[in-house]
Amino acid sequence: MLFLQQLVNSLMLGSVYVTVAVAFTLTIGILNFLNFTIPTLFMLAGMVGWALSYWGIPFGLSGPLPWPLALAMGIVAAIVVSLIVERFTFRYLKTKYGDSTEHAIPLVSSLGFLLIVENLVRIGYGTEARRFEGPDANMTMDVGGILIRIPQLVSLIITILIVIGLVQMMKRSRIGRGLRAIAENPDAANILGIDTKRIVPVVFMLTGMLCGLAGALFAVNYGEVAPMMGEDIGAKAIAGMVIGGLGSIWGAVLGGLCVGLLELMTVHFFGADTVQIVVWGALLIVLIAYPKGLLGHHSIGKGKL
Amino acid sequence: MSGYLAGIIAILSINIIFAYGIFLAVASGQLNLGGVGFQAVGAYAAGLLSASLGLPVALTLLAGAVVAGLVGVALAFPILRTRGVYLVLATFAFAEVVAGIILNTDALGGAMGMSVPGYVEWQIPMIGAILVALLVFYLMATRFGLTLRAIHDDEDVSELMGVSIRNVKVAAFGLGAALAGLSGAFYAHNFGYIEAQSFNALVSIYVLLYVLLGGTQTAWGPLVGAAFFTLLPEVLREVLPALKDFFITLFGGVPDGSRPDESWRFVILGVLAVGFMAIRPEGLVTRTMVERLTFRRPSSRFKEVTE
Repeated sequence: MLFLQQLVNSLMLGSVYVTVAVAFTLTIGILNFLNFTIPTLFMLAGMVGWALSYWGIPFGLSGPLPWPLALAMGIVAAIVVSLIVERFTFRYLKTKYGDSTEHAIPLVSSLGFLLIVENLVRIGYGTEARRFEGPDANMTMDVGGILIRIPQLVSLIITILIVIGLVQMMKRSRIGRGLRAIAENPDAANILGIDTKRIVPVVFMLTGMLCGLAGALFAVNYGEVAPMMGEDIGAKAIAGMVIGGLGSIWGAVLGGLCVGLLELMTVHFFGADTVQIVVWGALLIVLIAYPKGLLGHHSIGKGKL
Repeated sequence: MSGYLAGIIAILSINIIFAYGIFLAVASGQLNLGGVGFQAVGAYAAGLLSASLGLPVALTLLAGAVVAGLVGVALAFPILRTRGVYLVLATFAFAEVVAGIILNTDALGGAMGMSVPGYVEWQIPMIGAILVALLVFYLMATRFGLTLRAIHDDEDVSELMGVSIRNVKVAAFGLGAALAGLSGAFYAHNFGYIEAQSFNALVSIYVLLYVLLGGTQTAWGPLVGAAFFTLLPEVLREVLPALKDFFITLFGGVPDGSRPDESWRFVILGVLAVGFMAIRPEGLVTRTMVERLTFRRPSSRFKEVTE
């Protein structure tokens, strides 16, 4: 029974990682770009949501906002910042620099944005962790002796719905077909009439939305936000993405859940201190021994960055 | 010499050595985002040998470099099969695993950290940095440097021309790891105390930014990048309060004399990174710039592809 409870807990824990891992895998799969601003966007949504529900809109325009509205505005903030990132990382990437580190340009810019946003948040909101007053995170439900927290269950359901919606969008809609064409071959997609300049921001919008949503769900479930909260989640989401296979949305889902399971099992058997070694060690081993991952495609991330 | 200046010179020298370590990998087209892992290996190797066996500093410095270099070569063989994003992630993961192992090993002090005997003054890191810089300048002028450049510019063509890609890459990665380890050993002996928290992922990001913003085409790049970004915070320490007061007076306020947040300098580093990648992605110092400044004619009649 204890094991079953642990399994349920890891499923819940993994659902936070899943959303962020899907954001990572989307940018890598389509644009071949490891976006380091993703953990920051996650943190930004949580922190902005907290600030709006605690202080209200700056310059005294309103009093403290109710938490759902505040979190929604936090998600909007994440999307806006993500689009700014797109403006400065991806549009400058033209193929006029013919060497092998040319593809590092967006990666390095995104590292720059990571520093900018994270430190601006520190300056604006301070460095300590803050209590987020949302719904009661401890409402539980007893299913055959296993305790399930209702907010976590709702988060899991929202996550699953979002992922299904995303997959359907990629499969069926015009934008989704365009994105998959770009993932396959950007030049050919361009020749065949797909307007790369207009469709690439969609990826960044989705990234901002997914990260913002994950940050909002995190704030509700854990009742706490902090400027450092993105680092740990980002690390585990990357691990989940790699284990599941780069570029595969269902792979990211599976990988994120695997990392949640791996983490809880490690805590259960070895203690919390060794989580870092196990998660990153698993990532390193998968990268070296089986870089395709569980559900990944062989060609993604190979030649380019 | 004042303690403040001595401290700056020591940290500057350590950063320059570290930047050259990352430069050698990046110059061969491998983005190493796990530099801090090798620095930590070097620091702890030197610290452990010095604390438990009482070896002289000269030996522990050497040991720090050698151990980190061996780890680098051992890692390079499996890791270099991966390319692009995979390589970045693998080096990043390596640094995290190293930090995790240090935190969980009692012999290394765990989270408590470890004090290192055998204090070295600022002169020794400085001499070390000068020697490392000379070594890298020499290397870049040899055939090895030429193959690095070739691999960086086009791997497939270099292989056609008979360059042994794997050997050169492993050598560059391993030598870079050794230099990063050396910088860690200097750090351990200069600060006298090491803890896992000071070898975090952000340090890897900073040093990679130093190298890329300085420029990876010539050996001047890491020198300029590391020096600029090490000295920038020190300059900003004086300039930022004055700037803040200026802006407050400009908008009709009264300066309260408080110091601005330390985080601003990282914001500036980030802005510079984004700006450089947008305007001058090949870094501050380029090959043509060096040729112009030294009144040398361009080394070939053909236009540089990378410019």
